Formats: sequence, structure tokens, C-alpha cells
Amino acid sequence: MSKLLQSGKSGDGDVERARQLLPSVFGNSVQNQIIKYGFWLLFCALVLYTLVIFDFSPQRLLSGLAKLGHVLSFMFPPYVWQTWEEFFEPLKAIAETLAMAFLGTALAVLIAFPLGLAGARNILPSSFLRFGMRRSFDLLRSLEQIILALIFIRAFGLGPLAGVFAIAISDIGSLSKLFAEAFENADRKPVEGLQSAGAGHLQIIRLAIIPQVLPVLTSQVLYYFESNTRSASILGVVGAGGIGYLLSDRISANNWPEVMSLLFLLLVTIAIIDAVSGALRRRLIAGAQNNPHGKKTHD
Amino acid sequence: MTMPASTNSGAEKLFLEHEAQLRHWRRIQSALFIAIFLTLVLVTGRIADFDLVKIFNGIPRLGEFIHNMLPEIRRGHVLEDLQEWFFPWRIWLRLLWETILIAFLASVFGVIAAFFLGLAASRNLVRNRIVFFTARRILEIARTIPELVFALIFVFCFGVGPLAGVLAIAIHTAGALGKLFSEVNENARPGSMEGVLAAGGSWFQQIRIGLVPQVLPNYMSYGLLRFEINVRSSSIIGYVGAGGLGQEISTSIGLNSFTDLSALFLIIAATVITIDLLSEKLRHHFALKGLSRI
Repeated sequence: MSKLLQSGKSGDGDVERARQLLPSVFGNSVQNQIIKYGFWLLFCALVLYTLVIFDFSPQRLLSGLAKLGHVLSFMFPPYVWQTWEEFFEPLKAIAETLAMAFLGTALAVLIAFPLGLAGARNILPSSFLRFGMRRSFDLLRSLEQIILALIFIRAFGLGPLAGVFAIAISDIGSLSKLFAEAFENADRKPVEGLQSAGAGHLQIIRLAIIPQVLPVLTSQVLYYFESNTRSASILGVVGAGGIGYLLSDRISANNWPEVMSLLFLLLVTIAIIDAVSGALRRRLIAGAQNNPHGKKTHD
Repeated sequence: MTMPASTNSGAEKLFLEHEAQLRHWRRIQSALFIAIFLTLVLVTGRIADFDLVKIFNGIPRLGEFIHNMLPEIRRGHVLEDLQEWFFPWRIWLRLLWETILIAFLASVFGVIAAFFLGLAASRNLVRNRIVFFTARRILEIARTIPELVFALIFVFCFGVGPLAGVLAIAIHTAGALGKLFSEVNENARPGSMEGVLAAGGSWFQQIRIGLVPQVLPNYMSYGLLRFEINVRSSSIIGYVGAGGLGQEISTSIGLNSFTDLSALFLIIAATVITIDLLSEKLRHHFALKGLSRI
């Protein structure tokens, strides 16, 4: 590049040479352009095809939107719960949703922690076992939470208990994987220090690895709790208790003012959970950086 | 951990005192944390109906349910039995295609909406605080209200079918992606946009020439990730009548046809895993492209 610029005069030969040296600067080759336009053509064709077979006709959209407008107008003013007895039901539903998220996350952490230890390279060196562990984490992660909820409803009946298990089982896979990665990324120095002092395997895990990764793990767990609060609010729609159950009930009864109030309640609750958990996570991360065991202080 | 023989110097005494103090404080902190945690477990356990008796009674039923879901496959008749297990495969294949199309169209609409909302919700691009505030609130509402709730409302308004599902998932996608896009925009290097401004470019030209080429690979990779998530959502959204395989799940549960249910779960799992793998490949491609442009 610099050689070209230094040559001083700009003739057609220079441009030709530059084109040969750096073809990408002068725009795409014909072949690339054909691929690009072909891709977009296919893409647009697929969009159009889908629009047609899904019957996105202007007529249907307009009548639907008109109906949606009606629904929205029915939602205002939202319903205000007058007495404590009346307010008890939505409050209980919110409490159920939060309880499902909390217990589900706690249960998942309880099971994922030992699994994560077993899946970490520096703790369980046997590669065959570890490979099996990692693959089973992947399998667990591919299970859909709502499908799990449907299965657990069969076993435990309608209600939040099925939701707790659905959340726990679907999170075990992802949390185990995260934990295993965190353990693997732990600094070697404290481990080696303890080894040279003659510590056993369990002592190394307890004193060298866990204190290092605990803040990171806690912050990840808090993040999962946030996300589980959101998913717990869906699970009720299929019958696993909580605010979703109440919402689907009010929607099927066309009780739109109360739907609006319930949605508002859900939005406020999730905003509060996000704010609290976000603040805690920021503190944990800041604490981890000042942690005398942490990586940062070593260099 | 053995200490060298004590010399009882002042410094050591001070150290030991301080250590004891720290340990004491640490112990109180741990005890407090454990107490709070246990209380929360007990309270939430009570609320969520976490009853050990109920759980133990449920486990045999869970086993029975899973047993019912397993198809009868006899030795020597494997093919015929598999055929019977997946008997309605023509209908399922059509619904699977519908499921994937729902996810596709919802992702396309969601990305388009997220692009504009994300621009309006980027602190570095929008000076007008009312626009910024409104865009942020819209995004929050769109991603907080569950897709299934949107789907229930849209099924009521637009009728049973995939249209309601597409709209529901698209709104949720717009909310989730809009936030991510606005973060990408805020982290974009201002240099190229300032360059366009200095050359007399308008706001639109700044976005088109200064911003979009930088952030497009990130957008694509987030969009693909969302498509993966949307395939999962669209496979169950039919449960409330919004099209796709979910409606078959709902009927199988209603009719107690357990082997159909297990076949459907298998189809969904296989689809989700296949699409995850394909999209991961593509995302790596875009991630590399994104790196080469920085």
C-alpha cells in the first residue's frame, strides 16, 4: 500500500496494479455480487412466500388491528383492586412467580455446582468422563422449559411446583457449563501454592478455587434468577401457577381492564427485580476486582 | 498451617487481634447470609407448594408418564413400529415447516423493528430525551410481557393461526434485540460518524455510512441468535392456538396420546439442535467479519 503511494505519479498502470494487489478495496468481484444478490433474492422470496401462506392480507390485518384497538381501549382505565381480599389474588400470583424463579434457580445451583466441578478440566482430568458431562449439559439445555412444565404438571398436578422443577431442570445444563468454565478459568497460582503446602484435593477446591470464582458465579446465578423470573411468568399460561395463570384466565374471560393491571404489576415487579439484582451484580463484580484472591491484584 | 514459635512481640499481637476480629466479623456475615437464604427457601417453598410428600407422590406418576410416552418397539418389527410411532408424520412435517417459518418471519420483522427502535434508544445518536425515553420504555414493555401472553391477545384479535404467533414473537424479538442493538450502537467508535459529519453529512448519512457498516456484523449475529431462540418459542406457541407444532402438543395432551407427545418432543429437540448448530456456524462467520472491520 505505502509503496504504491510513494511512487508519486498516478497512471492507469498504478490503478491496475493496486486492483490486482487489493481486489477487495475496489468493490466485490462479479461472482461475489451474484452470490450476494442471489441470497437477497431468495431471502425476499421466502419472506413473500411466508406472508402469503400465513395469510397476511391487508384485510385481515386491518380487521385484526381494529379489534386490537378495541381491546386496548377496553384496557383503559385499568382495573383497580378495591379491597385487600381482592388484591390478595394477584399478589399471591406474583409471589408464586417469584418463588418459582427463586426455588428453581436454587435447586439448579445445588445440582449444577457439583456437576460443574466434575465438568472442569483442572478438577476432573479424565477427558472421557468430562466429555460425557459436557454433552449431557448440552442435551439438558436443549429441553424447552414449557415442555418440561407440561411433563411436570402431569406428575405434580397444576400449580407452581411443576414450574419449580421445569425451571430447575432446564437451568442445570446451562449453569453446569458456566460453572465448569469459571472453574477452568480460575488462576493456577493459589492452587499451586496450596499443593506445595501439601493440601488435599478437596482443600484445594475449597480454599483456592471456590474463593476465586464465587463472586463471578454469584453474579451469573443472579442473572439467571432475573431471566427465570421472566420465564416463570410464562409457565403459568400452561398451568404451572403464578401470574401467567391469572393472565391467561383473565384473557380468556375477556376481562381486559384487569389484564392491563396484571401486566402493569408484572412490569413493575420485573423492573424491581432487575434493578435490585443488577445493583447486586455490579457490587459483586466491583468486589471481585478488589478481592485479594482475585486475578487482577497479581499483576 | 503452623506458625513459627511465638515471640509475643507487639506487632504479632496486633496482627492476631486483627485476624480474630476479621474472622469474627466474617462468621457473623456468613451466619446472617445463611439465615436470610434459609428463610427465603422456607418462605418460597411454602408459597410454591414445595411439599416433600407431594414430590414423593409425584415421582411414580412422573415415571408412569415417561413410561407411557415410550413407544412399543418389538424386535424384528422395528421399522413398522417406528412407522406407527411417527404415523402422522405428513401433518407434523407441514407443521414443523410452519414452525420454522413463524420463527423466520418473526425474526425478520423483529430485526427491522429493533433496528429503528434501537437507533432511537441509543444515547449517543439521539439528542431528544423524549424520543430516547419513549423508545427505551417501549423496548422494556415489549421484552417483559411474555410471548405467550401477546399470543393469547393476538389469537383473540387476529384469529387462530400462525399470523398471531408471528406478531407475538416479533414484538418480543423487537424488545430483546432493540436493547442489544442500542448497546452495540453506543459502543460503536464515533470516529467514522464524526468524519461523515465533518464532510457535511446529514444525520441519516451519518447513520448509513458512519454507523451501519460498523455494527452490521454484530446485528446479524444477534439476529441469528434470536432466530434460534425464536424456533424454540414458535414450537410451543401453538399451545395457545398461534400456529406451528404447539397445537399438536396441546391436542396430544388433551387426547392422552402419549406416544405422539414423545414423538413431537423428539422432533422439536432435533430441530432445535440442528438449527442451533447451523446458526452457530453462521454466527462465527459474522463474528470474524466483525473483527476484520474493527
